[in-house]
Amino acid sequence: MAEAQVRNFNINFGPEHPSAHGVLRLVLELDGEVVERVDPHIGLLHRGTEKLIEARTYLQGLPYFDRLDYVAPMNQEHAYCLAVERLAGIVVPRRAQIIRVLYSEIGRILSHMLNVTTQAMDVGALTPPLWGFEEREKLMIFYERASGSRMHAAYFRPGGVHQDLPDQLVADIEAWCDPFLKTVADLDALLSENRIFKQRNVDIGIVSLEDAWKWGFSGVMVRGSGAAWDLRKSQPYEIYGELDFDIPVGKNGDCYDRYHIRMEEMRQSIRIMRQCIDLLKVEKGPVMTLQGKYAPPRRAEMKRSMEALIHHFKLYTEGFRVPEGEVYAAVEAPKGEFGVYLVSDGTNKPYRVKIRAPGFAHLQAMDFLCRGHLLADVSAVLGSIDIVFGEVDR
Amino acid sequence: MSEAPNQPTAEPAAEPVVTPIDALAAAVAAVLGPDALEVAVAYGEVTAVVPRDAIVEVMKRLRDAPELAFINIVDVCGVDYPERAERFDVVYHLLSPSRNARLRLKVTTDEDTPVPSISGVFPGAQWFEREAYDMLGILFTGHPELRRLLTDYGFDGHPLRKDFPMTGYVEVRYDDAQKRVVYEPVRLNQEFRNFDFLSPWEGTTYVLPGDEKAKTS
Repeated sequence: MAEAQVRNFNINFGPEHPSAHGVLRLVLELDGEVVERVDPHIGLLHRGTEKLIEARTYLQGLPYFDRLDYVAPMNQEHAYCLAVERLAGIVVPRRAQIIRVLYSEIGRILSHMLNVTTQAMDVGALTPPLWGFEEREKLMIFYERASGSRMHAAYFRPGGVHQDLPDQLVADIEAWCDPFLKTVADLDALLSENRIFKQRNVDIGIVSLEDAWKWGFSGVMVRGSGAAWDLRKSQPYEIYGELDFDIPVGKNGDCYDRYHIRMEEMRQSIRIMRQCIDLLKVEKGPVMTLQGKYAPPRRAEMKRSMEALIHHFKLYTEGFRVPEGEVYAAVEAPKGEFGVYLVSDGTNKPYRVKIRAPGFAHLQAMDFLCRGHLLADVSAVLGSIDIVFGEVDR
Repeated sequence: MSEAPNQPTAEPAAEPVVTPIDALAAAVAAVLGPDALEVAVAYGEVTAVVPRDAIVEVMKRLRDAPELAFINIVDVCGVDYPERAERFDVVYHLLSPSRNARLRLKVTTDEDTPVPSISGVFPGAQWFEREAYDMLGILFTGHPELRRLLTDYGFDGHPLRKDFPMTGYVEVRYDDAQKRVVYEPVRLNQEFRNFDFLSPWEGTTYVLPGDEKAKTS
């Protein structure tokens, strides 16, 4: 064959592809089987969340955050609530803080469970998703029992959480912890030393720590590269400062290390959840701030008090006003640092909400991560950077 | 200024010490020097306003200064203030893992004046700048590929601008006769209603319909 006939090959990966984890179109330029260039085309799930929130009151803007990373909805709400609370100076009651931490960790397990098992599916294993999704189902029932909704909870509100947890629910979550650790151990036995899984993941998609910071990575992506950086430890919010847990750190910065970190973080989440459950047993009290200008009155009070009824009406139509200013609040979401940059002009609607999604920063490095790898590694890398298009496209 | 703990930049410690916010502001002001138009502390965060043309130089200095080491780009976004002469703020968020500190930088620009791109300093800023261009129409010079990112192929306009209507201009549907997706102007069966719930008895700035006489008299 003449030299001139050799040319690079362009293929479309997606927009609908089982291992694209949503609607992602990757334009791949291939030299044989080696990836020369990756051009991700995103925005197929763009819904204009930021624009929509600008036209709604602070409370009405909250449910949009469930729909970002729909794998761990409450973690997103958390960042927004923290931003509003910091601007308005709302103090969250202690019991509400504990509930928030408990449900944030449930969200973390939801997300890591999905990611670890579907990544295994991306590289050829079918059993892990079946085992993992059973546990996710149980967790979503805990979501439902707390908020009434399996996924789009709208449970964290500026000032606390919407409803208190029944004691039975707390007991059931506690009872769930031990069998879950067994499932994690099963998955571990299935994957960690699996020959195929290791061949597909070890030394694939290596990121040095310097590059990780430069590319705006956060969460598991920097921990995999060796930084012990976790916002729950370094910039603690809610009650994370007084809880006892460890931060797993990787050595090589490859897909396999990131898998191990996610597995260990699930075990650490169980540790955090157990401590929260113990605290919830002794810590009784309100779950919503008592500052009546921000929190609606309790239902029972509304049956008797006219003032409470007026307050309720005003809060759900006009909403509350947040003082002028700007604030950036970030939480350690399962996928990395999820931040909300909130600009308020002193009215009842946010002037600008910028949602900083971790997946967005990770996905833009696809070209950097995949260049020189084989075509089959693209789906392994994509699986290990843990993206969900709800948050990337917003 | 209190003693800021200087840890090596490559290896952030497991439990970094939170530095007092004023010490950080002073350190940032010292590194920026005359380039800092304003350094303010509000809500426990440091915000610095810098001249537009100096942004790349400022980013390099903040990244390379050993006592600050803002090596992680967190976010770049734009904010639209249509009533101002230079209507856009470009807001940069930086993170220093070794110092465990955050910093917000701001430059202002208008629709025609480009901002120097910081993608040479932080490659992770590329998509954030593309998004700011796509959503608000902020131009960046020196960006490797300033294309639209989130909106549709062939989209016209910049949706996050305050003067862009919430409903947009075009809608798409699948046309069975033509066997393809067609673009049509937005047709609303009901007028778009933007409720104003700001309390009217605290004084409005506009005139309610039918209430014209009350304001003038």
